[in-house]
Amino acid sequence: MSLTQLPLLEQFVLLQAALVLFLSFGLLSQTRLLAAIHAFAWQGALIAAVTLTVAIAGHAHHLYFSALLTLALKAMLIPWMLHRLVRRLALERHTETLSHPALVSMAAVALVIFSYWVVVPIVAEELTFTRNIVAVSLAVVLIGLLMLVARQQAVAQVLGFMSMENGLFLAAVSATAGMPLVVELGVAFDVLVAMVLFGVFFFQIRDSIDSLDVDRLNRLTETEEETP
Amino acid sequence: MLSAWGMALLQALLYPALAPLLIGWVRKVKARLNNRRGASVLQPYRDLRKLLAKETRVAHTASPLFRLAPYVVFVATWLAAATVPLVARDLPTAQIADIIVLVGLLGLARFFLALAGMDVGTAFGGMGASREMMVSSLAEPAMLVAVFTLAMSAHSTSLSSVIGYHLADGFVVRPSYLFAFGALVLVALAESGRIPVDNPTTHLELTMIHEGMLLEYTGRHLALMELAAYLKLMLYGVLIANVFVPWGIGQAFAPAALALGLGAILLKLAVLGAALAVGETVVAKMRLFRAPAFLNLALLLALLGLLSHVILEVGA
Amino acid sequence: MSALILILLLPLAGALALAFVSSVRWAGWINLGVAALTLAAALWLGWTVAAHEVVAGLHFRVDAFNVYLVVLTAFVGLTTAIFSRPYMRHVCANARISPPGVRIYHSMYQTFMLTMLVALTTDNLGVLWVAVEGATLATVLLVSLYRTPEAVEAAWKYFILCGVGIALALFGTVLTYFAAQQVLADPTEGLTWSVLYADAAALDPTVMRIAFVFLLVGYGTKVGLVPMHQWLPDAHSEGPTPMSAVLSGLLLNVALYAVVRLKMLVDGSLAATDTPHLAGALLMGFGLISFLVAGLFLHRQRDIKRMFSYSSIEHMGLMTFAFGLGGPLATFGALLHMLVHSLTKSAIFITVGHAAHIAGTQSIDRIRGLIRTQPAVGWSLLLGVVAIAGFPPFGVFASEFLLLTATIQTQPWLSVALLGGLAVACAGLFRHVHPMVYGTPPEGQQPVEANMLPVMIHLGLVLWLGLAIPALLAGWLDRATGLIAGSHLL
Repeated sequence: MSLTQLPLLEQFVLLQAALVLFLSFGLLSQTRLLAAIHAFAWQGALIAAVTLTVAIAGHAHHLYFSALLTLALKAMLIPWMLHRLVRRLALERHTETLSHPALVSMAAVALVIFSYWVVVPIVAEELTFTRNIVAVSLAVVLIGLLMLVARQQAVAQVLGFMSMENGLFLAAVSATAGMPLVVELGVAFDVLVAMVLFGVFFFQIRDSIDSLDVDRLNRLTETEEETP
Repeated sequence: MLSAWGMALLQALLYPALAPLLIGWVRKVKARLNNRRGASVLQPYRDLRKLLAKETRVAHTASPLFRLAPYVVFVATWLAAATVPLVARDLPTAQIADIIVLVGLLGLARFFLALAGMDVGTAFGGMGASREMMVSSLAEPAMLVAVFTLAMSAHSTSLSSVIGYHLADGFVVRPSYLFAFGALVLVALAESGRIPVDNPTTHLELTMIHEGMLLEYTGRHLALMELAAYLKLMLYGVLIANVFVPWGIGQAFAPAALALGLGAILLKLAVLGAALAVGETVVAKMRLFRAPAFLNLALLLALLGLLSHVILEVGA
Repeated sequence: MSALILILLLPLAGALALAFVSSVRWAGWINLGVAALTLAAALWLGWTVAAHEVVAGLHFRVDAFNVYLVVLTAFVGLTTAIFSRPYMRHVCANARISPPGVRIYHSMYQTFMLTMLVALTTDNLGVLWVAVEGATLATVLLVSLYRTPEAVEAAWKYFILCGVGIALALFGTVLTYFAAQQVLADPTEGLTWSVLYADAAALDPTVMRIAFVFLLVGYGTKVGLVPMHQWLPDAHSEGPTPMSAVLSGLLLNVALYAVVRLKMLVDGSLAATDTPHLAGALLMGFGLISFLVAGLFLHRQRDIKRMFSYSSIEHMGLMTFAFGLGGPLATFGALLHMLVHSLTKSAIFITVGHAAHIAGTQSIDRIRGLIRTQPAVGWSLLLGVVAIAGFPPFGVFASEFLLLTATIQTQPWLSVALLGGLAVACAGLFRHVHPMVYGTPPEGQQPVEANMLPVMIHLGLVLWLGLAIPALLAGWLDRATGLIAGSHLL
């Protein structure tokens, strides 16, 4: 089955998935926090759009709810909470200096190739048109992981964490046409609680080290004598 | 009915004939956007004629290479342009020269341009040459990866096959084309010395790249160099226009098809030129140190295009 | 069925109620009461399962394997609640936490118990995931309860690492659901473990193989397998001591439980391929590495809680290895080891809490002469370490002996590594513990008010299990062994 035989609506799903991947790269290299939050919100909106398009193209009615949930949670609520936190922490103008931005981008490209390699045996199965997106969703998950490693700023790390969750939502839509409702609600609830807790932690971290640069959280090491 | 080679020759002549017009159009739109009346769109032709008539002076420290370079640069750029289908698709030039030859010819032109910039031994020439090489060494991989993405869809590196393949498919949403388009636009901006990488209208010494290498040239040498630069911009414009929006290009050598092709490409170039002018008005030139990041973005887009072609479009 | 509902409703109600109790005295008693009622409900559930083999309901299913962990969880939950009451009063008296802190602590304690019990009793892999992630969320605020920079750092590390791990596990769950959809008649049941297990042979082995790697890395992070263990020593050492006891005694077990359940699925799916023991081999590899690395790291520790958390990693590695080894003997040993390790380790952490209280620090170098200052604490620490290091007549010896026997039967060469690792870990523990127990106490070290009852009960039980496993429990473990390994031991 090649691309040209797909109906236009299904081609759009692939395009949206590709843009989700691109936004992951954007998040990875975006140094301004507010811009990164916006990129994250767009990524959430695109995943909601993918879900909606899959729902329309595949006549999967339960996905409408899923799309709505994703849109409300990932494109509105969480970005709004992050936005508010950033304003309350007075980080609107914060820009981070990335060490080795080109290297990190190339590592992310390598992760995309790796995800494809992992997923190839799976997508060889008989599957609907969304099969190719499984690799993209794994790549989004892994790039979120890379962002957690490459970034020192706590808010940026949270964005990485949340974009991992975005990748998981995308995986659920593309591989399985949506998880059962109870699981989907449970996952959404966990993500929301996690976001609230992250908010609490931003203030705790700032109170304890006067900064949100979590690289400075380095008191706990294996052998160092603990300071009394 | 024109013969195929005659058609190729005609098209090759159309490039230098139209390139100054494109530049004039871009300048005109930019002027209008700045609330100026601007010079006539034909001004670049007048500039070239004036330069050709003027006396050509050469610095006494210059080597023969300095005199040779303008001809090599112009001819290489022109040859490169001749391989890009302008009004008709199935040209014999496409049989003998594919995208890789195109990139090679442009590389040859750039090599001589940079050598000529360094030849006289002035500071600005050397600086311009080194910057040009930095930009192009970053832009070239991005360009190659982007054209490979196109070539992988069409299973051919020949431009006219790529265009033909795209025409035969009809309207298909290809994520890889979107990324390749983004990459090629960024590469085109960098390679033809437009904002935000280089400012074509300035002689401000600290920021110039392309102008720096041409400072020592006068008369017809300068005219050739300028025309080569115009050609390069048009080449990239035609490449982007005809590969990504191929509709309208002449499929046969019949006069009607050719007239349609000419009209279509003029329209596409007019739109692209206007878009370029708008972009240059809105965006500020960035610091030279940011240029690598800009071109990394181009490379990233190109790679994403390649990957999304493999992952999303081929289908396991 | 009603026992099952009760067991989940009690902690939920407790969590909600305790969110409004700021009085540390009352909160401690309520916490204790809820934990006691939960244990009663768990015993009732155990009795029901013993009578009916399986108790199942919507999304929930309890068989011999998980009911034994449910009872264990409720039991350790109760004894830790007994310890936590005076501990929190002491913490409050020292003004280390505020009234909101008291509310968070007790409410989250019960929420944590709830997530543990949901994770154990659910039949739905998705709900399992939600519950295990919920356990992280419930405990992360407790790790940073004291708000010291170290505590905040430990909590952040815990949050991020476990969040990442668990995200990978969700990807594995999605893949499992995908594999299930290809074969099940009713695709909406694709996450129900019992349905999947019945059809395991039909699941596509390629997909399940990849899914298992993600699931193992994901839940393995929670088990504390090397190299994903980085959060564990920090979270254990910086949180309040009762938290260390339940994290080590319960959370790690539940994560391992999830891994074993998934291994059962994957084994079924891979049985007909040319790599039928892939899941077991992976578990053995991860387990052995964790076991050996943690044993070596024990030597380098300077913080008493960190040291014992490395001991937890070591024992979790041993259990993972045993479950990977498979076969009735190793599985029986691993189940027994889960039980005795939970009991011993929570007893040790409770004792360590008292020891740190006496010395006023968690630094090993400054805890000295416990046996002279307060013999009860000193003896408890000594006996606890003797038990955990695997000396007879304690139960850990019995389970480790079973594991070694099983290893010698199937993989004789690996028994060398096991014996070496045990010796290294034992040396590491005693090297640090000896001066703490017998050294000269510093001037003015005073005994503290300590409630050694939970420790006595735990160590007494471990001793009993080492001398003679009651027929009831042996039969119970044997049925769980039958479920996991396919054949009974006894």
